[in-house]
Amino acid sequence: MSLVPAANPVPTANPVPAVDPVLSVRNLSVRFRMRGGREVAAVTDASFELGPGECLALIGESGCGKSVLASALLGLLPRNAAATGRALMGDLDLLAADERTLARTVRGRRIGLVPQSPSAHLTPVRTVRSQLEETVRELTGVPRAGLRAAAEAAAERAAFPVSHLDRHSHQLSGGLAQRAATALALVGDAPLLLADEPTTGLDRDLVDRTVDELRRHADAGRALLMITHDLAAARRVADRVAVMYAGRIVEITGAPAFFGEPGPRHPYARALLDALPERAFTPIPGMPPELGDLPAGCAFAARCARASDLCGTLPATTDGVSCHHPVARPHPEESSRA
Amino acid sequence: MLELSRITAGYDPRRPVVRGVSLTIGAGSAVGLLGPSGCGKSTLARVAALLHRPDSGTVVVDGDPVRGARHRATREQRTAFGVVFQQPRLAADPRMRLTDLIAEPLRATGRRDEAAGAVAALAGRVGLSAELLGRRPHEVSDGQLQRACLARALVLRPRWLICDEMTAMLDASTAAALVAVVEDYRAESGAGLLAVGHDRVLLDRWCDETVQWDELRLEKSPSGV
Repeated sequence: MSLVPAANPVPTANPVPAVDPVLSVRNLSVRFRMRGGREVAAVTDASFELGPGECLALIGESGCGKSVLASALLGLLPRNAAATGRALMGDLDLLAADERTLARTVRGRRIGLVPQSPSAHLTPVRTVRSQLEETVRELTGVPRAGLRAAAEAAAERAAFPVSHLDRHSHQLSGGLAQRAATALALVGDAPLLLADEPTTGLDRDLVDRTVDELRRHADAGRALLMITHDLAAARRVADRVAVMYAGRIVEITGAPAFFGEPGPRHPYARALLDALPERAFTPIPGMPPELGDLPAGCAFAARCARASDLCGTLPATTDGVSCHHPVARPHPEESSRA
Repeated sequence: MLELSRITAGYDPRRPVVRGVSLTIGAGSAVGLLGPSGCGKSTLARVAALLHRPDSGTVVVDGDPVRGARHRATREQRTAFGVVFQQPRLAADPRMRLTDLIAEPLRATGRRDEAAGAVAALAGRVGLSAELLGRRPHEVSDGQLQRACLARALVLRPRWLICDEMTAMLDASTAAALVAVVEDYRAESGAGLLAVGHDRVLLDRWCDETVQWDELRLEKSPSGV
């Protein structure tokens, strides 16, 4: 198996932000070593940049490597995993940083994590107030006497009602648990928020409120990386969309062009949108390949209606799309506005 | 016809979750039940699937009144239902391989010898390869596990399917694939469906009619019965 990616260090559809990016990921790959010398390619050659005030939605089927990418950024990969490439926040390379640096300066301070299952993320035996106060004490210099007020202010920032601060996680509804978790993620005033499936299992109204709140934090100048399989949620908040398939980002483009006209250019991304009940509601035939047994060429070829002999080789990334035969863009100059 | 009349149900008789709700589904038709989280729609789905005994009210399945829930219902009535839940992880025994998971209803009803053939046929239908069938739940994704749970619900060829947020955890493509499997089965078998969820677009697309939880409380039945 060749682990050497195609040479495309800079995706061209990724516009260079006017200001320095908050996060710059370059050729990030994650490999899991399994029993019997097998190797699982969970993430391969992912590159993107994220500026302040910007929301990038990372979408794809479950098991495509989205959450592994998030874990890699936080240094939370299991021991049998190895990450290569670079993930720069300023001068710090998250992939090269040691545990001490990550624990003391990154998690909570430079990256706030909004977790997948907030009620499981909160400590069940302590009240929200006690967890918020602890987080405030650890992450900020607030003196003991000011902790109570600071914790209440932190709760208000995430629209968590102060009247519910003395409750335990099991006494909170899904939406309030989500806000409590968001409040914790915001305490350290981190420039990057990482939301890993923040809306799983919530009903539509609650999804809308949750992502609107995340959007508000992005509008306040934070960078937001939202990992989700919920395309409606992605459409609601994202400035740009990155589509992941079998560990690779196959398309990265502006959200309006992706969800509206002219639509995605990668056949997988188009098929994924067509599976929505408000569109054709047709499933993509077949299932994604196993990450431990990826084909040498394009991983989507086996399910792709446009596949040809060319697809036995890895496609290069051109204009943000990794495909040998992307859907043509009617007005090429418009794509650069993404 | 599946008739739920004036159902009051819950987990504490002093505080019922569902109060005086009626719902009728005509044979072979598909009804979507729409409501916000926590409204009691899953409890009603459990009552409809004979998995939960209501505090009061009656359930009549194809003309036969139901006299008890779970093992207290007759086998004939119990096996008339296939149920798919929201979270496949919580609905699958972690020790079973997917093939055993799918075959379990056949074993439980003394039809072990049919298992091999039935599992093979259903696996193709829900899109599980032979290799995946040999795995245990922790070795497959949520989507793959839900495919197995749907196959399990179909293995006894039920006359009624109860899908409680079947696709809430799934990506768009897997969701569309599983709904297509349910609809193929219904077209061929004439089975009726109660699909519970909070996604109006999905339920409108999937079902013959969609009812709001609030409408049920006014004792209005979708089929005009």
